[in-house]
Amino acid sequence: MCTYLTEKIAISGSAKGAGGWFRVTDGSVYFDHPVHAPYGHTLNIDFLAPGQGPSARVAVELSADSARGLMKAIEAVLESAPPGLE
Amino acid sequence: MYDAIIAESITISGHGGDAIEAYSARPMQPGPAGGVVVIHHMPGYDAPTKEIARNFAAGGYNAVVPNLYFREAPGASPDDAAAAARAAGGVPDDRLVGDVAGAAAYLKGLSNSNGKVGVIGYCSGGRQSFLAAVSLPLDAAVDCYGAFIVGTPPEGSPLKVGPIVDKVADLSCPLLGLFGADDTHPSPEQVAELEKALQEAAKTYEFHSYEGAGHAFFSVNRPAYRPEAAMDGWQKIFGFFGKHLA
Repeated sequence: MCTYLTEKIAISGSAKGAGGWFRVTDGSVYFDHPVHAPYGHTLNIDFLAPGQGPSARVAVELSADSARGLMKAIEAVLESAPPGLE
Repeated sequence: MYDAIIAESITISGHGGDAIEAYSARPMQPGPAGGVVVIHHMPGYDAPTKEIARNFAAGGYNAVVPNLYFREAPGASPDDAAAAARAAGGVPDDRLVGDVAGAAAYLKGLSNSNGKVGVIGYCSGGRQSFLAAVSLPLDAAVDCYGAFIVGTPPEGSPLKVGPIVDKVADLSCPLLGLFGADDTHPSPEQVAELEKALQEAAKTYEFHSYEGAGHAFFSVNRPAYRPEAAMDGWQKIFGFFGKHLA
């Protein structure tokens, strides 16, 4: 956790954590040391509900290539979704 | 040789008199024993940091790790607590000093204490170790690859800390610095700048930079672990504390 690079965004949706589903309100995206993934640095995303405390967090740690692939997949799916469904 | 240790979670009085969680590891011998405040790395008050405390206890020192993120996330897992603290900008400097002061007072109050206390910190804790040593009367300090003693965090970083090298004249004790030559936070240039400041202030210090090692080379559970650097580093640490905390 020592590049200190972070983007914070407001989000709206739900995530499933250790205690089940909860509404998420905030996201943190950062490229830094992971807790668990076997890489020196990873693209980390925290889906958060700060109002419910620090444990209301769903975290992912992705290799840089995986994160780029995820971005493309998300964009492709959103682009191909039928209009009017958002 | 009798070598039993006790290790347990305790509550200590931290900054502002706040009751905070801490992990204490102590040799069971009657002493006298020196004390070590272990400042955890940015990923938090985690199992590997508690193992460091037990290693000091096995080496004959009373050790205590204050949970610096306890206020943000009491009872949360270390990774969730670290994420919350990171998002909040890190630990405020004055609070860190108060928590280390509380931890040092706890160590000095132990029945087997010899009255001497040192501090060691890793990653963000390296900077905090230096900060404690320029703010409190201590007997020894170890900085393991602490960033932003010199230099500032990148623009956009949530971390609300600034350089503290200008406080070098207030350093109350000898300083041991252990760094990775491949690290970027701190970079070798920043380590050199800190060393120059120590020389100009006529402070007692000892720096070692390890080739082939980067940031967090002591972290046994991370790819950054460099066994040769870490093993030599541990020898240097025990040698340094043996000299100044005995």
